[in-house]
Parts: sequence; structure tokens; C-alpha cells
Amino acid sequence: MFGRLTLDAFKHDAIEMGANYSMIFAVLLAIGLLTYFRVWGRFWREWVISLDPKKIGLMYIFVSFIMLFKGLFDAGMMRAQQAFSVGASHGYLTSDHFQQVFTAHGTTMIFFVGMGILFGVVNLIMPMQIGARDVAFPFLNSLSFYLFVVGAFLVNLSLLVGEFSAAGWVAYPPLSGLQYNPGVGVDYWIWSVQIAGIGSLLSGVNFLVTIFKMRCPGMTLMRMPVFVWASLGAMILVVFAFPILTATLAMLTLDRLIGTHFFTLTGGGNPMMYINLIWAWGHPEVYILILPAFGIFSEVVPIFSRKRLFGYASMVWAIIAIVFLSFVVWLHHFFTMGAGASVNAFFGIMTMLIAVPTGAKIFNWLFTMYEGRVRFETPLLWFLGFVIVFVTGGMTGVMMSIAPVDFQVHNSLYLIAHFHSMVIGGVVFGFFCGFSYWFPKFSGFKLDERLGRYAYYCWMLGFMLAFMPLYVLGLMGATRRLDHYDAETGWQPLFLVALSGIVFIIIGMSFQILQLLVSFRDRKKNADLTGDAWNGRTLEWATPSPPPFYNWPVTPEVYGRDAFWAMKERKTQKPLQYAPIHMPKDTAMGLYIALFAFCVGFGLIWYMFWLAIVGVVGILACLIIRLADHDTTYYVSVKEIEKIEAARLK
Amino acid sequence: MRHDPHAEADSLTIFGFWVYLMTDCLLFGSLFATYMVLHNSTHGGPTSKELFSMPFVLVETLALLTSSFTCGLATRAASLNQKKQLFFWFVATFLLGALFLGMELHEFHDFIKEGNSWERSAFLSAFFTLVGTHGLHISIGLLWMIVLLVPVMRHGVTPLSMRRLTCFGLFWHFLDIVWIFIFTIVYLMGVS
Amino acid sequence: MLAILVIGLLALLVVFLENTGIAILTPKGIIAEKQKQLLLDATWLMLIVVVPALFLTFFYAWKYRESNEKATHAPDWDQNIVIEAIWWGVPFIIVIVLSIFTWRACYDLDPFLPIHSESKPVKIQVVALQWRWLFIYPEEKIATINWVQFPEKRPLDFEITADAPMNSFWIPQLGGQIYAMAGMRSELHLMADETGTFRGSSANLSGSGFSNMWFTAVSSSEHDFESWASLIRSKAQPLNMDNYHKIAEPNDETRPVYYSLEDERLFEKILMQYMPKERL
Repeated sequence: MFGRLTLDAFKHDAIEMGANYSMIFAVLLAIGLLTYFRVWGRFWREWVISLDPKKIGLMYIFVSFIMLFKGLFDAGMMRAQQAFSVGASHGYLTSDHFQQVFTAHGTTMIFFVGMGILFGVVNLIMPMQIGARDVAFPFLNSLSFYLFVVGAFLVNLSLLVGEFSAAGWVAYPPLSGLQYNPGVGVDYWIWSVQIAGIGSLLSGVNFLVTIFKMRCPGMTLMRMPVFVWASLGAMILVVFAFPILTATLAMLTLDRLIGTHFFTLTGGGNPMMYINLIWAWGHPEVYILILPAFGIFSEVVPIFSRKRLFGYASMVWAIIAIVFLSFVVWLHHFFTMGAGASVNAFFGIMTMLIAVPTGAKIFNWLFTMYEGRVRFETPLLWFLGFVIVFVTGGMTGVMMSIAPVDFQVHNSLYLIAHFHSMVIGGVVFGFFCGFSYWFPKFSGFKLDERLGRYAYYCWMLGFMLAFMPLYVLGLMGATRRLDHYDAETGWQPLFLVALSGIVFIIIGMSFQILQLLVSFRDRKKNADLTGDAWNGRTLEWATPSPPPFYNWPVTPEVYGRDAFWAMKERKTQKPLQYAPIHMPKDTAMGLYIALFAFCVGFGLIWYMFWLAIVGVVGILACLIIRLADHDTTYYVSVKEIEKIEAARLK
Repeated sequence: MRHDPHAEADSLTIFGFWVYLMTDCLLFGSLFATYMVLHNSTHGGPTSKELFSMPFVLVETLALLTSSFTCGLATRAASLNQKKQLFFWFVATFLLGALFLGMELHEFHDFIKEGNSWERSAFLSAFFTLVGTHGLHISIGLLWMIVLLVPVMRHGVTPLSMRRLTCFGLFWHFLDIVWIFIFTIVYLMGVS
Repeated sequence: MLAILVIGLLALLVVFLENTGIAILTPKGIIAEKQKQLLLDATWLMLIVVVPALFLTFFYAWKYRESNEKATHAPDWDQNIVIEAIWWGVPFIIVIVLSIFTWRACYDLDPFLPIHSESKPVKIQVVALQWRWLFIYPEEKIATINWVQFPEKRPLDFEITADAPMNSFWIPQLGGQIYAMAGMRSELHLMADETGTFRGSSANLSGSGFSNMWFTAVSSSEHDFESWASLIRSKAQPLNMDNYHKIAEPNDETRPVYYSLEDERLFEKILMQYMPKERL
């Protein structure tokens, strides 16, 4: 009845128990606050069952922030271990625990922070930027979000019940196979990623259809904001890459569950096949993460330079080139697997080629600033930080694309420094840039500038301290994922510097949390009354801050790029003729399906097969019930619209 | 601006369904790639030549291809609002699909009985997974057919059910095309 | 303020590095030497693009700052085919140059390519275990754990496999790594330029004892190598397939151990454990 779940699964060491108590405390606190303020009803009605992409977007970001906190904590634990686990001392973590920590760190940051903030921002911004009211499939949007939450929940649950994988965030077999890792850890990893991955795939379809089919009249593809182009590029990548992940994880699952021989060492299995497949997904994945960040910068730099974006067409072609190229470079993740000179050379050259469109984008942003009027508010600071970190990181990337060089630095801390430069410098800084830029739109007030600056400087300093030493360590021969090393290596001083870096990053995050609290306190002082907080150029600024749930009383019509800028210049206001607005009805079905998906995952992890079957049947039943429901939309009456619009003008 | 909710939903849903089919294509693509890498890893066990019975597979294939044809006739009947024809051709599609699935399960059962399950070798793992995933899609299609037919029989052909029937048709034809690849790459090339 | 901090840290770094030595930048073998050269050449080429990009970022941001009323403000200037051609074209040309380097280097530095030399190569077979390295010398008829010794200035022909999850065989001061995979046979060809003691490790996560997977690589004179090998051959316990299974079990012991090799085909037999049956 309980499969392989026994009371042993709840036994943990002191550190894990500390984490568990904190998690449980946080959950109880949340429940307590919701109860004390008696907002359960509102919480359910206005957030949980909402199909409004703005709400879903905010929820994605909220969950991502929580997972970011956990991921940073993991990073802190790793740095602390590596700074002190030298010679006779073995630090405070066992090897196995340390390995679970870095696996959780990578998995959390890529899937539950990176993908979360990506889908969050696209949900929030893209529909408004194309003059739409919603995405193509609002129900699917909610379902994708809850599948994401279930994935994140599984990672966290593994801390309390059982253990997490210790095989790295990409889980190479045979280490991740049954022979070397028969426990539940790898299974937790598989199901958290698989379930969240299906959510991502559905979102990819959703947003792709939205961008192609739901643009407002007059908005041709070449009049879309670059952020929308970037999102389109990312979604094309999602749609092509995530099925590979689904299939690969399924095959690893079959190996572990029913004894197939895809990636086993016996029976004719081929672990190298897994590595090819997982990186055929994995490389596009990192471009999925970075393209929207590029899109954010393409929005922010023109506004904070008071100048049009330089080279729009070039930017679009760069995105398209990056999308194509990202599918022919995957082998650079395993040059050292012995594919041979010509294969390595081909993939190396393809990898270098991606630097060309990427570099072109950087220059386009630079020349947007040229002969502009640059204002150094927080969003632009994040952009400048991005340029330093991302360009130097990109340089090391091109160096590693030369296979013989990679032979020396592969899997060393040099590699770690490289990809953290790209992900933190690109994705995270891009998100923080967009966050400070678009915050007024959804809250109605601006963020405190001073605290934003402090946060930025702490992050920049922290990043430099945490990762520049890692480039050196890699060149010194330090491999990644070590929980102990000898004093003779001379590595410890650099690890200590890296530890100080994460301290600054945590201080930076603290400033960001403080900034939220202080800005909320000062919200009346920093209120955005016009909806156009920064003198914007794109359509989202044509709505009030915050926008009504339907975005526009009347769908806008567009006559060129920078549609809102053109509207402001024309100044003429046509009298608006309201018509009833067709909107989707909120529903909890997405949540229910995700809960059944959880049953499938949890059941298969613990060999509680009855639970997995309940999950499958439940999912099918929910889908059938949803399909049978013909009453899933409603109309907002003209009177209702008039009331909402009038209230706004007061 | 005139607002036709059905035309709009049709356009979105059907385009979206095409995009979904493309992702399914990639899923099968990954399984095909794996099959092609692993199909010679028989680990001392039987090879495809020794295992597959072409006459049997041929009948299976004909059943599935015919079901695609009857599906097309069913869709046509639906667009012409011919409920009786729709019912007839739809049931024919279902029965042919069920026949295909039954034969496939029979083939699987025979292999397993002889000790040649997915545990025997990487080749068999890849075979069962690729063909089995297709079979799983067929099963979902069969279930979908039942779920579709019930409201149509009750309320007739509405724009909503027409849209869903169209999507089902796309799905069924897609599975047919995937089967043609399986037939060629797994069976035909396997026994030559 | 930030600038001062960064410069200060860089200064500290330089002082630190002078005293510690960076393995990959202080090669002791010809392969590592070539790889280092490649790394440095590529860096200079990249800097052609990177330095202007970084400089311009800060220069333009500063020159066109809002408070600078004197600078030109051209709010609608958004196209110039010439400049675009430069920043698509120049990087593209650099990539072409780098591609030529890469193509040549991939062939030159192919791990499977033997090193041309008048001296006779030393054949060393490597097996990654959990969590130690087994070195088999079929010609010298010895075997060692976590200690690989060889004569300087003679090509080393490493044949590598694993009896463990995927590992990676790496001696940074002599050259780059290659994966060690069960059931597969990788090759690495290195040569030490001088005598010395180097650190080697595994560079791919292979389980809980992964941090233990480092070993000592010693390049000695021809004479010292011969006497080392014959001492082990005469004095050490024998190693064959039977007691091999014992040492292949998961183990925390990292100290070097020495064996005389009773079975010349031990490496092949270890490899064969994972071969599909039909190959036998």
C-alpha cells in the first residue's frame, strides 16, 4: 500500500531537519496569515482559480522568488563547504548531502527559477504588448502554472520525505541508473522535471499560438516589440526542444522502473545516447532562458536612452539566427566524450557562430544609447552590469568552443564561472531589469530608486567575488562538484573569496526585499497615476497601472512600431465605442489536474502504483469533465466596462 | 468589430493543435533516433529479423490505414451534418483502431511469453517503447472517440464538436503517418 | 568606489597567483603547452571585439548621460547599414579565423592521435573505479592504484575505461581530459617535458566518493622509472582477475597501492565485462 515508503524516509540529519522545520514553519505562517486576515475566499477566487495571465504571471514570479531563495541557500551551503573542507577537515556536509545540494541547486535554478521568471514575465507583458487581452488557451495557461508548482513542490518534498538526487542537475547515466542509484532521489528529480517540463511545453504551444494569432489589428510581425519577437523565438525553442526532454526522461524512467536497457551498462544500453538526447534539449534550453532577457533589454535600453531601438530588423534576424543555431551546437557539452576531430570541430565552429548574432545585439543596444539621453536609473544599471558580465562570460564560452581548450577546462570551475556569468549576468540581471521597469505597471507605484541601486551594487560585487575566482580555480585544475580537496592545491584562498561573494549576493537580495517593503510603504508618494511611468513606447504603457482584467476596453489598432509612442504623438483620441468583451471563466480544473499529476509522480517514485493509477484516471476524468463543460466563457457587459473605466478616471 | 467566437476559437484551437502535433512529432523523433542507435544491440537475444512476422504486421497496417480512411469519411459526414453516416463511419474507425491495437498487444504478448520482453536487450527496449508509445497514442485516440461521439449523438454536430472532430481527425491521421514510419524503419528495414 | 574595490581585488589576485601557480597556464607537457597556446591566441582574438564593446558601453553611457546637455540627441536615428555591416562582419571574420584554428587544432590535438617521437611510447591502461584509479602497465607487468609514474620525454599511450559510472581522466599539467566509460575504450596521448610531480583527477561526477578520485602522476628519469617498475614487479602482491573484483568494490581508500601484474590481459577482461554478449 505504501510501496517502498517507510518511516525511514522521514529520518534526516540536523541540517536537513533544520530546512524542513523552516519550510513547515513558512507554510504554517502563510496559512496563519491567510486565516488571520480572513482572505481565503479572496485568495481562492482572485488568484488560485484565476485565468488572467497577469495574475498567473505574478504567481509564477512569486513561486520563483521562493525557489530562488532556496537555490541561493543551496549555493551558500556549497560555498561554505568548499571554503572549509580542506586537508584534514571535511567540512560540515557529508559527500552525499553535498551532492544532493548541488543537484538541487542546479535543478531549482534552471527549472524553477529560470523557467518560472521566464513564463512569469511573458505572461505579464506579452499579451499587452500585442494588444491582446489574454493568451490563446487561458485554461492551459493555468494548468501549466500548476504543473510548474507541482514540480517545485516535489523538489521541496524530497527534503522531508526521502532524499533528492545526487547525480547532478542533468543526471547522466549510468550514475542515474538503477545500478548506482536505486533510491528515490533520482526518481524525485525525474518527476519534478518531467511534470514541470510538460507544463513548459504546453506554455510553449500556448504562447506561440498567441503571438501568431492574437495580435491586434495593424500589428504585423515586423511591428511587434522586440520582447515579443524574443518570446516567440524562445517559444519556438520550447516547442522543438521540450519533447526531447519528455522522451529522454521517460526512457530513463523505464530503465529504472521496468528494466529496459536504454542507458544501462548491461543489456546493450548506451549511456552516451542519453547524453546526446539530454543536451539536444539542454542547449536550446539555455537559449530559451536568455532570449526573453535579451528582449527585456531591447525594451529597457531605448526608454532609458530616450531614443528608438537601433537596428530593429537586425535584432529580429539575430533572434532568428540564434534560434536556428541553438539546435546545431549541443555536442559542445561533451567534447570530451571522444566523438572525433571532425565532429568536435563542426560543433565548435557552430558554437562560435552563435557569438555573431549575440554580439550584434550588444552593439545594437550600445548604439541605441549613442546620441540618446541616458538616465542611470535601476533598470539601466542592470543592463550595464549585464554587458560586463555577459560579454566576458561569452568570451570564455567561445574559448571553450575550441575543443582542445575545452579538454582542459571541461567540468572545471572555469565552466561553472562561464555559465553562471551567462545565467546570472543574462537571465537574472535581465529579470531584475524587467522587474524594476515593469513593477509600476502592475502595482501602481514605482520602486524605491536608492535601495534598487544598493541591491544592484551588492549583486555586481557579489557576483564578481563569487565567480571571478572560479575562472582562476578552473585553470588551476579544480574540478566542479568537489566536496573536499587537499591543502597543497592552494585553492582555499580563492574559495574563501568566492564565499564572500555569496554573502554580498544575499545582502543584495535583502536590499531587494527591503525595497519591496519600503516601496509599498511609500506607494502613495511614488504612485504611477498615468499608467505611463517611464514615457514608454510599447502598448503595455497604454493601460492604467494596474490594468483592468480585460486590459483594453477596446482593442487597440496599430500603425507602426513603437505603437504607444505613435499614439502619444498623434494625440488625437477617437471616442471609444464599447462592445461586450468575451472573457474566459475562472476555473480550478488546472489545479486539480496538477494535483493528480502529483499523484502520478509521487506514486511512481515510491512504487505506490495504485496512487499512480488514481492519478492517471483522475487526469483523464478531469480532462473529460473540462471538455464536456460548454460554459467556459462569459461576456463583460458594456455597462460593466463603463463602470470600471469611469472608476479609473476618478 | 464583428465578433464570431467560433471562427476565432476554430482558428486558435486548430492552429494550436497543429503545433501540439509538431511537438508529438519530435517526441516520436527522439524515440526513433534512439531506436536507430540501439536496434543492433541485441545482447545475444533475438534480432528483428528473427522476431517480426511481416504478414501479421501487414494486416495491422492495413487496419490502421483503413481506419484513417473511414475517419476521413466520418469527418466529411459531420461537415454535411449526416448524423447516421457519421455514426457508422466513426464506429468503423473505432473498430479498426481497436483491431490494430488488439493485434499489436497480441504481438507484444507473444514476444513476452517467449522471454523477449523489453528487459531482454536494448533493441527490444527501444522496440517496445517506440511501438508502445504509438499504441498508447492509439489507445488515447480510441478513448477520445468515445468521448467525442456521445455529445454528438445527443446534441448533433455543433461548431464546437466539429472543431473537436477536426482535431481528432488530425490526430488520427498523424498517428497513421507515424505508423508508416514505424512500419518502414522498424519492420521493413528490420527484416531485410 | 566599485572601481577601486575591483582593482584592489585584482591586485590581490595577481600577488596570489604569482605564488601559487596555475596548472593549465604552466604546462609541463607538449599537449598542455599547445592547448595553452590555443587558449591564449583565442583570447587575444576575442579581445579585438570584447574590448571595444566594453569600452563603448561605458563611454557612450557616460558621454550621452542625461545631464550632458551638450551631446547630440538624435532620438529617431535607428539605422545605419555601414555600422551594422561592421559589427556583423568583423566578428564573423574573427569566427572564420578561429574556425580555422579550431579545425586544425581538433585534428592536431585529437586525444586518440599518438604523439610523434623517436622514443618508444609507454603503454598505460587506466581503469576508473569507485572511487580510485587503477593503472595497468602491460609491458612492465605492474599495476598501481592512484599513482602513475612514467619517464619524461617519452610518449604515453593511455587506454582508458571504467568499472564505475562515467568518469573523466585528467592531468591538467600534461594535457586535457577524456571520459572514462564502462564498456568503452578511450585513448589519451600525453608526454611530459620534464620531471616532476603532477596532480590528476576525475572530472566527471561518479558517486559519493567522487572527491577522492584524485591521483599522483610522477614524471621521472628513464632510469628512475625502470628501477621503480622493477622494484614493484619483484616485491608487490600479484594482481589478477580474481583479486581485481575485490579492489573494484566501492572503497574510501585513496592511498597508493602497488601490484605486480599476473594477467597481461586484465584490462581487456575488465572491458569485456560490459561488452554485449554477441561480441564474444
